[in-house]
Amino acid sequence: MIEPVKEFHHALKIREDVCIGCTHCMKVCPTEAIRIKNGKAVLSNNRCVDCGECFRACPVLAIIIEQDDFDKIFSYPIRVALVPSVFIGQFPKTISTEQIYSELMGLGFTHIYEIEHSVDILADQINPYMDDHDDSKPVISSFCPAIVRLIQVKFPALVENILLLKAPLDIAAIYNKKKFSDLGYKEDEIGLFYITPCAAKIAAIKSPVGDEKSDVTGVINMNTLYNKVYSGIKQNDKETCPVPTRKFLSPQNILWTLTRGESENAKGRSIAVDGIHNVIEFLDKLENEDLPHFDFLEMRACDESCAGGVLISGNRFLTVRRLHLRAEAAARKIIRGIEPEEDILTEKSFLLANIRVAKVKPRSIVKLDDDMLEAMKKMKKVHELLRHLPLVDCGTCGSPKCASLAEDVVQGNANIAQCIFVQKLLEKRKIFTKEESHQVLENIWGKEKFENKWNVELDF
Amino acid sequence: MHFQYSIEGGDFSRAGNASSQLKKLLKQLNVDSQLIKRIVVALYEGEVNIVAHAHRGTIDVDIEPDKVFIRLSDEGPGIPDIKQAMKEGYSTASQKVREMGFGAGMGLPNMLKNADKLNIESEPGKGTIVELTTLLR
Repeated sequence: MIEPVKEFHHALKIREDVCIGCTHCMKVCPTEAIRIKNGKAVLSNNRCVDCGECFRACPVLAIIIEQDDFDKIFSYPIRVALVPSVFIGQFPKTISTEQIYSELMGLGFTHIYEIEHSVDILADQINPYMDDHDDSKPVISSFCPAIVRLIQVKFPALVENILLLKAPLDIAAIYNKKKFSDLGYKEDEIGLFYITPCAAKIAAIKSPVGDEKSDVTGVINMNTLYNKVYSGIKQNDKETCPVPTRKFLSPQNILWTLTRGESENAKGRSIAVDGIHNVIEFLDKLENEDLPHFDFLEMRACDESCAGGVLISGNRFLTVRRLHLRAEAAARKIIRGIEPEEDILTEKSFLLANIRVAKVKPRSIVKLDDDMLEAMKKMKKVHELLRHLPLVDCGTCGSPKCASLAEDVVQGNANIAQCIFVQKLLEKRKIFTKEESHQVLENIWGKEKFENKWNVELDF
Repeated sequence: MHFQYSIEGGDFSRAGNASSQLKKLLKQLNVDSQLIKRIVVALYEGEVNIVAHAHRGTIDVDIEPDKVFIRLSDEGPGIPDIKQAMKEGYSTASQKVREMGFGAGMGLPNMLKNADKLNIESEPGKGTIVELTTLLR
């Protein structure tokens, strides 16, 4: 079955006016989704998995992560900030949770909900799910949307292994929607705003993989809010407003979004892998059956999971440490007989009825053609071309690797003469003039890069 | 289409390289993922056999529209009794190899399970040739 190619929503956008066409992003992209054309980086929508590696690598901040306009929150009488625990974990110890909550309320939110409360609904469901899916072991967590998309495009045979249960964020959104609907608010009066640590979550909300529509109303980038809250606290210029007290979270819930947060809960043999390049290496081995048996794989695109999200302002290791300290404090409270406050459990049966997601479909970017005979012809051409390419992966052709240029050429998206080595050869054989070579390079890199900026004749 | 990979005996860190390479090619050719899995698992077992037992070996892969043919030939001790070697659990692997998690005696049986045709020729003291054929679609 061949699915019609549909464009995917991406949170990552390249600002053409800022991009200097430097190849940093192209070189780090794990799915080879970036090419340089006319001096600018261009993102391929079907290949990008919104991991954000390009965002980290860009030296001139030309890559942005789109978010909703903050003032959008004021269109709703109920304005809930759906906050992951890493948000508070970023702030130094000298800033109290009350101060942070006070700032959030001061900015205009009417309610604050820590997303990890919903882990109480999800955590109990994973082990029974694994029992029911013994034929698709290891079950791979669907928590990180960048990983789900990575599997779709690069490891299509493994889509069967993806856990088809909603992530904590979605469960938290459904719960809050239900809670306020029960209080008599209409759907268009309830604004649920997710404070996101990464681009992948935004993409997952705007075009969910297994669900038709997300219950989250809008997304606010965590670094934007961090700056607003931090400067608010530093300037101390707002009137203090009534602050909701932070509800008591269990240690397991506090640590859920960090590395090993999920795998520690899974029974049987489980393992946690973080960092998208590590995940790729691991999934490659999994496909070869070059691994011992596992029941559950927790895979996160970012190093140190959500604490290392691209929109996290604080240091990831300090954030992890603070959350561990918070979890330890929570564990001590439990020993003293204090129970975590889990209001969400009152809606357990409703939430469980909505916890499943539809099957995830593969959409391979690896195949050269749907038809195998055609693919074989193309592969022959790719290998033939590769024999003429220098294999230095310099990126001067505008593709990340010699192999990707060869594929681009065979797919009709590039010309072999984009390779600077091929150009020299063609010039030597008098097939190409110097001017023709220059024109090819200008098409890739733009006119500007070839201007003589010193305004003098260079003497070589 | 013909591809060739060479294998060094004793180099466990690189065992699986040829299978990974072939897997990439088969994915590019849009071969059914279940078939890819069978081919790759069978080849991986063969690769590990060469690494664990032989001095060196060569893997020749021929991809045709209707089948994938893999020939693993090695210079090594050979298999004195092929019938016995085909039994699940039978292993001549050294203690050192077993400690590394290999040598459970499932190599050849697993290859048989994952290939449509398996042919083994061996000359004790000289080497072994294993031929695997997997029919596509």
